[in-house]
Amino acid sequence: MGKETPVTAPIVGKVVKVLTKEGDRVKENDEIATIEAMKMEMPIVAPVSGVVKQINIQPGQVIQADTVIALIEQD
Amino acid sequence: MELLVKVLRNTGLYHLTWQNGVMIAVGGLFIWLAIRKKMEPYELLPIGIGIILGNLPLARLMNPPGDIQQSGILGVIFHYTLYYHNLLPPLIFLCLGAMTDFGPLIANPKTLLLGAAAQMGIYAAFWGAILLGFDIREAASIGIIGGADGPTTIYTSAQLAPHILGITAVCAYTYMALVPFIQPPIMRALTTLKERQIVMRQLRPVSKTERIVFPVFAAIVIILLVPLSAPLIGMFMVGNLLRESGVVPRLADVAQNALMNAVTIFLMLAIGAWMSAENVFHIRTLKIMGLGFAAFAVGTAGGILFAKFLNLFLKEKINPLIGSAGVSAVPMAARISQHLGQQANPKNFLLMHAMGPNVAGVIGSAVAAGIFLSILR
Repeated sequence: MGKETPVTAPIVGKVVKVLTKEGDRVKENDEIATIEAMKMEMPIVAPVSGVVKQINIQPGQVIQADTVIALIEQD
Repeated sequence: MELLVKVLRNTGLYHLTWQNGVMIAVGGLFIWLAIRKKMEPYELLPIGIGIILGNLPLARLMNPPGDIQQSGILGVIFHYTLYYHNLLPPLIFLCLGAMTDFGPLIANPKTLLLGAAAQMGIYAAFWGAILLGFDIREAASIGIIGGADGPTTIYTSAQLAPHILGITAVCAYTYMALVPFIQPPIMRALTTLKERQIVMRQLRPVSKTERIVFPVFAAIVIILLVPLSAPLIGMFMVGNLLRESGVVPRLADVAQNALMNAVTIFLMLAIGAWMSAENVFHIRTLKIMGLGFAAFAVGTAGGILFAKFLNLFLKEKINPLIGSAGVSAVPMAARISQHLGQQANPKNFLLMHAMGPNVAGVIGSAVAAGIFLSILR
Protein backbone atom coordinates (compact mmCIF):
# COMPACT_ATOMS: atom_id res chain seq x y z
CA MET A 1 0.00 0.00 0.00
CA GLY A 2 1.39 3.34 -1.03
CA LYS A 3 0.84 6.59 0.80
CA GLU A 4 -2.51 8.30 0.23
CA THR A 5 -2.07 11.85 -0.98
CA PRO A 6 -5.03 14.23 -0.81
CA VAL A 7 -5.81 16.50 -3.74
CA THR A 8 -7.16 19.79 -2.40
CA ALA A 9 -9.05 22.56 -4.12
CA PRO A 10 -6.67 25.46 -4.71
CA ILE A 11 -9.44 28.02 -4.95
CA VAL A 12 -13.16 28.53 -4.34
CA GLY A 13 -15.04 27.53 -7.45
CA LYS A 14 -17.57 25.41 -9.20
CA VAL A 15 -16.73 21.95 -10.49
CA VAL A 16 -17.24 21.87 -14.25
CA LYS A 17 -15.94 18.43 -15.15
CA VAL A 18 -14.58 15.46 -13.30
CA LEU A 19 -12.14 13.68 -15.56
CA THR A 20 -11.14 10.66 -13.52
CA LYS A 21 -12.98 8.01 -11.57
CA GLU A 22 -12.06 5.84 -8.66
CA GLY A 23 -9.58 3.17 -9.67
CA ASP A 24 -8.07 5.21 -12.51
CA ARG A 25 -4.33 5.43 -12.77
CA VAL A 26 -3.01 8.98 -13.09
CA LYS A 27 0.39 10.47 -13.69
CA GLU A 28 1.66 13.57 -11.92
CA ASN A 29 0.19 16.73 -13.55
CA ASP A 30 -2.64 14.78 -15.21
CA GLU A 31 -5.87 16.73 -15.08
CA ILE A 32 -8.23 15.35 -12.46
CA ALA A 33 -11.05 17.87 -12.68
CA THR A 34 -11.87 21.27 -14.09
CA ILE A 35 -13.15 24.03 -11.86
CA GLU A 36 -14.51 27.41 -12.74
CA ALA A 37 -13.98 30.62 -10.84
CA MET A 38 -14.63 34.09 -12.16
CA LYS A 39 -15.74 32.75 -15.53
CA MET A 40 -12.41 31.00 -16.02
CA GLU A 41 -11.97 27.29 -16.27
CA MET A 42 -8.87 25.87 -14.61
CA PRO A 43 -7.53 22.33 -14.46
CA ILE A 44 -6.79 20.72 -11.12
CA VAL A 45 -3.91 18.32 -11.62
CA ALA A 46 -2.69 15.25 -9.80
CA PRO A 47 0.07 16.19 -7.33
CA VAL A 48 1.61 12.71 -7.62
CA SER A 49 1.42 9.61 -9.83
CA GLY A 50 -0.73 6.79 -8.55
CA VAL A 51 -4.19 5.30 -8.41
CA VAL A 52 -7.28 7.36 -7.62
CA LYS A 53 -8.73 5.96 -4.39
CA GLN A 54 -11.57 8.35 -3.85
CA ILE A 55 -13.36 11.19 -5.65
CA ASN A 56 -15.39 13.53 -3.48
CA ILE A 57 -16.81 15.96 -6.00
CA GLN A 58 -19.32 16.00 -8.78
CA PRO A 59 -19.99 18.45 -11.62
CA GLY A 60 -21.97 21.51 -10.58
CA GLN A 61 -20.82 21.37 -6.98
CA VAL A 62 -19.35 24.52 -5.43
CA ILE A 63 -16.19 23.76 -3.50
CA GLN A 64 -14.36 25.82 -0.93
CA ALA A 65 -10.61 26.27 -1.01
CA ASP A 66 -8.73 23.44 0.72
CA THR A 67 -11.58 20.95 0.34
CA VAL A 68 -10.15 17.48 -0.27
CA ILE A 69 -11.52 16.62 -3.68
CA ALA A 70 -9.75 13.29 -4.21
CA LEU A 71 -7.33 10.86 -2.68
CA ILE A 72 -4.52 9.31 -4.70
CA GLU A 73 -2.62 6.24 -3.58
CA GLN A 74 0.92 7.10 -4.48
CA ASP A 75 3.03 4.60 -6.41
CA MET B 1 -39.71 68.05 -60.11
CA GLU B 2 -38.56 70.73 -57.71
CA LEU B 3 -40.39 68.92 -54.92
CA LEU B 4 -38.69 65.64 -55.80
CA VAL B 5 -35.27 67.31 -55.61
CA LYS B 6 -36.20 68.76 -52.24
CA VAL B 7 -37.27 65.36 -50.96
CA LEU B 8 -34.01 63.83 -52.18
CA ARG B 9 -31.98 66.58 -50.59
CA ASN B 10 -33.67 65.85 -47.29
CA THR B 11 -32.60 62.22 -47.26
CA GLY B 12 -29.69 61.24 -45.12
CA LEU B 13 -28.24 59.43 -48.09
CA TYR B 14 -27.70 62.72 -49.90
CA HIS B 15 -25.60 64.00 -47.00
CA LEU B 16 -23.74 60.80 -46.30
CA THR B 17 -19.97 61.26 -46.63
CA TRP B 18 -17.37 58.56 -47.20
CA GLN B 19 -16.12 59.25 -43.68
CA ASN B 20 -19.57 58.37 -42.36
CA GLY B 21 -19.37 55.22 -44.42
CA VAL B 22 -16.05 54.27 -42.86
CA MET B 23 -17.44 54.86 -39.37
CA ILE B 24 -20.53 52.79 -40.10
CA ALA B 25 -18.19 49.99 -41.16
CA VAL B 26 -16.27 50.43 -37.89
CA GLY B 27 -19.55 50.17 -36.00
CA GLY B 28 -20.32 47.00 -37.91
CA LEU B 29 -16.88 45.64 -37.02
CA PHE B 30 -17.52 46.28 -33.31
CA ILE B 31 -20.85 44.47 -33.51
CA TRP B 32 -19.14 41.56 -35.27
CA LEU B 33 -16.34 41.42 -32.68
CA ALA B 34 -18.89 41.47 -29.86
CA ILE B 35 -21.09 38.74 -31.30
CA ARG B 36 -18.63 36.52 -33.12
CA LYS B 37 -15.51 36.96 -31.04
CA LYS B 38 -17.32 37.59 -27.71
CA MET B 39 -14.97 40.55 -27.26
CA GLU B 40 -16.32 42.68 -24.37
CA PRO B 41 -19.84 42.27 -25.77
CA TYR B 42 -21.48 44.37 -23.05
CA GLU B 43 -19.45 47.34 -24.19
CA LEU B 44 -18.63 46.80 -27.85
CA LEU B 45 -22.13 45.82 -28.96
CA PRO B 46 -23.91 49.00 -27.79
CA ILE B 47 -20.90 51.12 -28.80
CA GLY B 48 -21.03 49.55 -32.27
CA ILE B 49 -24.70 50.29 -32.89
CA GLY B 50 -24.19 53.72 -31.30
CA ILE B 51 -21.46 54.49 -33.85
CA ILE B 52 -23.76 53.51 -36.70
CA LEU B 53 -26.64 55.64 -35.42
CA GLY B 54 -24.31 58.56 -34.73
CA ASN B 55 -23.12 58.57 -38.33
CA LEU B 56 -26.48 58.74 -40.07
CA PRO B 57 -26.80 62.34 -41.28
CA LEU B 58 -29.73 64.58 -40.28
CA ALA B 59 -30.91 62.06 -37.70
CA ARG B 60 -30.33 64.58 -34.89
CA LEU B 61 -29.85 61.80 -32.38
CA MET B 62 -26.84 63.57 -30.89
CA ASN B 63 -28.42 67.04 -30.85
CA PRO B 64 -27.71 68.67 -27.49
CA PRO B 65 -30.64 69.76 -25.34
CA GLY B 66 -31.87 73.18 -26.40
CA ASP B 67 -34.82 74.30 -28.43
CA ILE B 68 -38.12 72.62 -27.84
CA GLN B 69 -38.47 69.27 -29.65
CA GLN B 70 -35.05 69.65 -31.28
CA SER B 71 -32.84 67.62 -28.95
CA GLY B 72 -31.78 64.04 -29.66
CA ILE B 73 -32.15 61.28 -27.14
CA LEU B 74 -28.48 60.29 -27.23
CA GLY B 75 -27.43 63.93 -27.26
CA VAL B 76 -29.42 64.56 -24.09
CA ILE B 77 -27.94 61.52 -22.40
CA PHE B 78 -24.45 62.54 -23.48
CA HIS B 79 -24.92 66.14 -22.42
CA TYR B 80 -26.49 65.61 -19.02
CA THR B 81 -24.78 62.44 -17.87
CA LEU B 82 -21.27 62.97 -19.21
CA TYR B 83 -20.44 66.34 -20.66
CA TYR B 84 -22.26 68.54 -18.18
CA HIS B 85 -22.69 66.51 -15.01
CA ASN B 86 -20.50 63.42 -15.45
CA LEU B 87 -22.92 61.13 -13.63
CA LEU B 88 -22.58 57.80 -15.36
CA PRO B 89 -18.95 56.89 -14.57
CA PRO B 90 -19.43 57.26 -10.79
CA LEU B 91 -22.65 55.23 -11.04
CA ILE B 92 -20.72 52.48 -12.80
CA PHE B 93 -18.22 52.62 -9.95
CA LEU B 94 -21.05 52.11 -7.45
CA CYS B 95 -22.04 48.97 -9.35
CA LEU B 96 -18.44 47.79 -9.70
CA GLY B 97 -17.97 48.22 -5.96
CA ALA B 98 -20.92 45.91 -5.37
CA MET B 99 -19.25 43.36 -7.65
CA THR B 100 -15.75 43.64 -6.18
CA ASP B 101 -14.26 41.26 -3.67
CA PHE B 102 -11.51 43.03 -1.76
CA GLY B 103 -10.68 39.81 0.11
CA PRO B 104 -7.44 39.05 -1.80
CA LEU B 105 -6.25 42.63 -1.32
CA ILE B 106 -7.05 42.61 2.41
CA ALA B 107 -5.34 39.23 2.83
CA ASN B 108 -2.19 40.44 1.11
CA PRO B 109 -1.94 44.24 1.33
CA LYS B 110 1.47 44.20 -0.40
CA THR B 111 -0.42 43.78 -3.64
CA LEU B 112 -1.65 47.35 -3.25
CA LEU B 113 1.88 48.39 -4.23
CA LEU B 114 1.69 46.29 -7.39
CA GLY B 115 -1.59 47.98 -8.27
CA ALA B 116 0.15 51.31 -7.85
CA ALA B 117 3.25 50.31 -9.85
CA ALA B 118 1.17 49.21 -12.82
CA GLN B 119 -0.19 52.75 -13.08
CA MET B 120 3.22 53.67 -14.49
CA GLY B 121 1.68 53.34 -17.94
CA ILE B 122 -0.54 56.33 -17.18
CA TYR B 123 2.40 58.62 -16.58
CA ALA B 124 4.40 57.22 -19.50
CA ALA B 125 1.52 57.87 -21.90
CA PHE B 126 0.95 61.27 -20.32
CA TRP B 127 4.51 62.40 -21.09
CA GLY B 128 4.39 60.69 -24.47
CA ALA B 129 1.27 62.66 -25.34
CA ILE B 130 2.93 65.92 -24.32
CA LEU B 131 5.88 65.07 -26.59
CA LEU B 132 3.50 64.37 -29.47
CA GLY B 133 2.03 67.84 -29.11
CA PHE B 134 -1.13 67.28 -27.11
CA ASP B 135 -1.99 69.91 -24.53
CA ILE B 136 -1.70 68.96 -20.89
CA ARG B 137 -5.41 68.24 -20.34
CA GLU B 138 -5.59 66.03 -23.40
CA ALA B 139 -2.41 64.29 -22.29
CA ALA B 140 -3.94 63.46 -18.91
CA SER B 141 -7.06 62.02 -20.58
CA ILE B 142 -4.88 59.92 -22.89
CA GLY B 143 -2.60 58.80 -20.08
CA ILE B 144 -5.51 57.53 -18.04
CA ILE B 145 -6.22 54.95 -20.77
CA GLY B 146 -3.24 53.16 -19.20
CA GLY B 147 -5.32 52.67 -16.08
CA ALA B 148 -7.19 50.06 -18.14
CA ASP B 149 -10.40 51.22 -16.63
CA GLY B 150 -13.28 52.37 -18.85
CA PRO B 151 -15.34 54.50 -16.45
CA THR B 152 -12.24 56.22 -15.04
CA THR B 153 -11.11 57.08 -18.55
CA ILE B 154 -14.52 58.45 -19.46
CA TYR B 155 -14.77 60.40 -16.22
CA THR B 156 -11.38 62.05 -16.74
CA SER B 157 -11.85 62.80 -20.43
CA ALA B 158 -15.32 64.25 -19.90
CA GLN B 159 -13.86 66.78 -17.48
CA LEU B 160 -10.56 67.58 -19.11
CA ALA B 161 -10.89 66.97 -22.83
CA PRO B 162 -14.45 66.15 -23.94
CA HIS B 163 -13.44 66.53 -27.60
CA ILE B 164 -11.46 63.27 -27.41
CA LEU B 165 -13.80 61.47 -25.01
CA GLY B 166 -15.08 58.80 -27.36
CA ILE B 167 -11.64 57.88 -28.61
CA THR B 168 -10.08 57.49 -25.19
CA ALA B 169 -13.08 55.47 -24.00
CA VAL B 170 -13.05 53.16 -26.99
CA CYS B 171 -9.26 52.71 -26.69
CA ALA B 172 -9.65 51.73 -23.03
CA TYR B 173 -12.37 49.19 -23.75
CA THR B 174 -10.81 47.66 -26.84
CA TYR B 175 -7.33 47.33 -25.33
CA MET B 176 -8.92 45.76 -22.27
CA ALA B 177 -10.48 43.21 -24.57
CA LEU B 178 -7.05 42.74 -26.14
CA VAL B 179 -5.06 42.18 -22.93
CA PRO B 180 -4.85 38.45 -23.73
CA PHE B 181 -2.70 39.49 -26.73
CA ILE B 182 -0.94 42.56 -25.34
CA GLN B 183 0.20 41.23 -21.98
CA PRO B 184 1.56 37.67 -22.36
CA PRO B 185 4.56 38.47 -24.61
CA ILE B 186 5.63 41.25 -22.24
CA MET B 187 5.10 39.03 -19.21
CA ARG B 188 7.18 36.21 -20.69
CA ALA B 189 9.94 38.52 -21.83
CA LEU B 190 10.39 40.05 -18.38
CA THR B 191 10.29 36.87 -16.29
CA THR B 192 12.30 33.66 -16.18
CA LEU B 193 10.62 30.28 -16.24
CA LYS B 194 11.77 29.79 -12.67
CA GLU B 195 10.05 32.98 -11.57
CA ARG B 196 6.84 32.02 -13.35
CA GLN B 197 6.89 28.70 -11.51
CA ILE B 198 6.88 30.28 -8.05
CA VAL B 199 3.99 28.80 -6.12
CA MET B 200 2.25 31.15 -3.74
CA ARG B 201 0.76 30.01 -0.46
CA GLN B 202 -2.99 30.14 -0.27
CA LEU B 203 -4.40 33.42 1.01
CA ARG B 204 -5.59 33.59 4.58
CA PRO B 205 -9.34 33.81 5.08
CA VAL B 206 -10.57 37.36 5.60
CA SER B 207 -13.09 38.06 8.37
CA LYS B 208 -16.41 39.76 7.82
CA THR B 209 -15.38 42.63 10.06
CA GLU B 210 -12.33 43.32 7.91
CA ARG B 211 -14.47 43.27 4.79
CA ILE B 212 -16.87 45.80 6.29
CA VAL B 213 -14.24 48.09 7.75
CA PHE B 214 -12.13 48.14 4.56
CA PRO B 215 -14.43 50.15 2.24
CA VAL B 216 -15.31 52.69 4.94
CA PHE B 217 -11.71 53.14 6.03
CA ALA B 218 -10.35 53.19 2.47
CA ALA B 219 -12.92 55.80 1.40
CA ILE B 220 -12.00 58.09 4.30
CA VAL B 221 -8.23 57.78 3.82
CA ILE B 222 -8.16 58.03 0.02
CA ILE B 223 -10.63 60.92 -0.20
CA LEU B 224 -8.79 62.84 2.52
CA LEU B 225 -5.58 62.46 0.52
CA VAL B 226 -7.00 62.98 -2.99
CA PRO B 227 -10.37 64.76 -2.60
CA LEU B 228 -11.19 64.83 -6.30
CA SER B 229 -11.09 61.05 -6.49
CA ALA B 230 -14.22 61.14 -4.31
CA PRO B 231 -16.90 60.66 -6.99
CA LEU B 232 -15.23 57.45 -8.17
CA ILE B 233 -13.71 56.12 -4.95
CA GLY B 234 -16.63 57.20 -2.78
CA MET B 235 -19.20 55.47 -4.97
CA PHE B 236 -16.94 52.43 -5.38
CA MET B 237 -16.76 51.97 -1.62
CA VAL B 238 -20.49 52.61 -1.18
CA GLY B 239 -21.19 49.78 -3.58
CA ASN B 240 -18.71 47.54 -1.81
CA LEU B 241 -20.29 48.26 1.58
CA LEU B 242 -23.72 47.34 0.18
CA ARG B 243 -22.20 44.02 -0.79
CA GLU B 244 -20.16 43.24 2.29
CA SER B 245 -22.58 44.46 4.94
CA GLY B 246 -24.79 41.50 4.18
CA VAL B 247 -27.91 43.32 5.44
CA VAL B 248 -29.07 44.90 2.16
CA PRO B 249 -28.95 42.04 -0.33
CA ARG B 250 -31.64 43.71 -2.47
CA LEU B 251 -29.62 46.89 -2.87
CA ALA B 252 -26.44 44.95 -3.60
CA ASP B 253 -28.34 42.91 -6.16
CA VAL B 254 -29.74 45.99 -7.93
CA ALA B 255 -26.29 47.55 -8.09
CA GLN B 256 -24.68 44.39 -9.45
CA ASN B 257 -27.33 43.68 -12.04
CA ALA B 258 -30.20 46.03 -12.89
CA LEU B 259 -28.44 49.34 -12.28
CA MET B 260 -25.17 48.19 -13.85
CA ASN B 261 -26.96 47.02 -16.95
CA ALA B 262 -29.10 50.15 -17.30
CA VAL B 263 -26.15 52.49 -16.86
CA THR B 264 -24.06 50.44 -19.28
CA ILE B 265 -26.70 50.75 -22.02
CA PHE B 266 -26.88 54.54 -21.76
CA LEU B 267 -23.15 55.07 -21.33
CA MET B 268 -22.10 52.84 -24.21
CA LEU B 269 -24.74 54.10 -26.64
CA ALA B 270 -23.78 57.69 -25.90
CA ILE B 271 -20.07 56.93 -26.32
CA GLY B 272 -20.74 55.14 -29.60
CA ALA B 273 -22.92 57.92 -30.98
CA TRP B 274 -20.25 60.44 -30.06
CA MET B 275 -17.95 58.72 -32.57
CA SER B 276 -19.25 60.64 -35.57
CA ALA B 277 -16.91 61.03 -38.52
CA GLU B 278 -16.22 64.67 -37.67
CA ASN B 279 -15.12 63.75 -34.14
CA VAL B 280 -12.97 60.83 -35.22
CA PHE B 281 -11.32 61.82 -38.51
CA HIS B 282 -8.28 63.55 -37.08
CA ILE B 283 -4.66 62.52 -37.13
CA ARG B 284 -4.79 62.77 -33.31
CA THR B 285 -7.04 59.70 -33.22
CA LEU B 286 -4.19 57.53 -34.47
CA LYS B 287 -1.78 59.11 -32.00
CA ILE B 288 -4.20 58.44 -29.14
CA MET B 289 -4.57 54.83 -30.19
CA GLY B 290 -0.78 54.40 -30.26
CA LEU B 291 -0.29 56.11 -26.91
CA GLY B 292 -3.07 54.06 -25.33
CA PHE B 293 -1.39 50.89 -26.49
CA ALA B 294 1.94 52.05 -25.10
CA ALA B 295 0.23 52.87 -21.81
CA PHE B 296 -1.06 49.30 -21.50
CA ALA B 297 2.33 47.86 -22.36
CA VAL B 298 4.26 50.05 -19.93
CA GLY B 299 1.73 49.40 -17.16
CA THR B 300 2.10 45.66 -17.66
CA ALA B 301 5.88 45.91 -17.54
CA GLY B 302 5.73 48.22 -14.52
CA GLY B 303 3.70 45.75 -12.49
CA ILE B 304 5.96 42.82 -13.37
CA LEU B 305 9.20 44.66 -12.72
CA PHE B 306 7.95 46.05 -9.43
CA ALA B 307 6.98 42.56 -8.28
CA LYS B 308 10.53 41.42 -9.08
CA PHE B 309 11.88 44.40 -7.17
CA LEU B 310 9.75 43.49 -4.13
CA ASN B 311 11.12 39.96 -4.31
CA LEU B 312 14.58 41.30 -3.58
CA PHE B 313 13.35 42.06 -0.06
CA LEU B 314 10.73 39.38 0.57
CA LYS B 315 11.44 36.10 2.30
CA GLU B 316 8.33 34.55 0.83
CA LYS B 317 8.64 35.36 -2.87
CA ILE B 318 5.69 36.50 -4.91
CA ASN B 319 5.19 35.26 -8.44
CA PRO B 320 5.94 38.29 -10.62
CA LEU B 321 3.18 37.25 -13.02
CA ILE B 322 0.62 38.74 -10.65
CA GLY B 323 2.22 42.17 -11.09
CA SER B 324 0.74 42.74 -14.52
CA ALA B 325 -2.76 42.29 -13.09
CA GLY B 326 -2.21 45.66 -11.45
CA VAL B 327 -3.22 47.44 -14.64
CA SER B 328 -6.86 46.73 -13.58
CA ALA B 329 -8.82 45.36 -16.56
CA VAL B 330 -10.74 43.33 -13.99
CA PRO B 331 -10.77 40.37 -14.15
CA MET B 332 -9.12 39.70 -17.55
CA ALA B 333 -5.62 40.65 -16.43
CA ALA B 334 -5.89 38.38 -13.37
CA ARG B 335 -7.01 35.52 -15.59
CA ILE B 336 -3.92 36.01 -17.74
CA SER B 337 -1.68 35.81 -14.66
CA GLN B 338 -3.42 32.55 -13.76
CA HIS B 339 -3.09 31.21 -17.28
CA LEU B 340 0.62 31.91 -17.66
CA GLY B 341 1.32 30.69 -14.15
CA GLN B 342 -0.39 27.40 -14.77
CA GLN B 343 1.43 27.02 -18.08
CA ALA B 344 4.73 27.23 -16.24
CA ASN B 345 3.59 24.99 -13.40
CA PRO B 346 0.29 23.09 -13.59
CA LYS B 347 -0.02 23.17 -9.80
CA ASN B 348 0.11 26.94 -9.70
CA PHE B 349 -3.05 28.88 -8.90
CA LEU B 350 -2.43 32.59 -9.11
CA LEU B 351 -5.97 33.76 -9.85
CA MET B 352 -6.86 34.89 -6.34
CA HIS B 353 -3.39 36.30 -5.73
CA ALA B 354 -3.69 38.30 -8.92
CA MET B 355 -7.07 39.68 -7.88
CA GLY B 356 -5.27 41.68 -5.17
CA PRO B 357 -3.27 43.89 -7.54
CA ASN B 358 -6.19 43.76 -9.97
CA VAL B 359 -8.67 45.51 -7.67
CA ALA B 360 -5.86 47.66 -6.30
CA GLY B 361 -5.36 48.80 -9.89
CA VAL B 362 -8.93 50.09 -10.02
CA ILE B 363 -8.26 52.16 -6.92
CA GLY B 364 -4.90 53.21 -8.34
CA SER B 365 -6.30 54.53 -11.60
CA ALA B 366 -9.16 56.35 -9.85
CA VAL B 367 -6.60 58.00 -7.58
CA ALA B 368 -4.44 58.92 -10.58
CA ALA B 369 -7.53 60.48 -12.17
CA GLY B 370 -8.17 62.44 -8.99
CA ILE B 371 -4.60 63.72 -8.99
CA PHE B 372 -4.84 64.82 -12.64
CA LEU B 373 -8.14 66.57 -11.97
CA SER B 374 -6.88 68.42 -8.93
CA ILE B 375 -3.85 69.72 -10.83
CA LEU B 376 -5.51 70.48 -14.15
CA ARG B 377 -9.06 71.54 -13.46
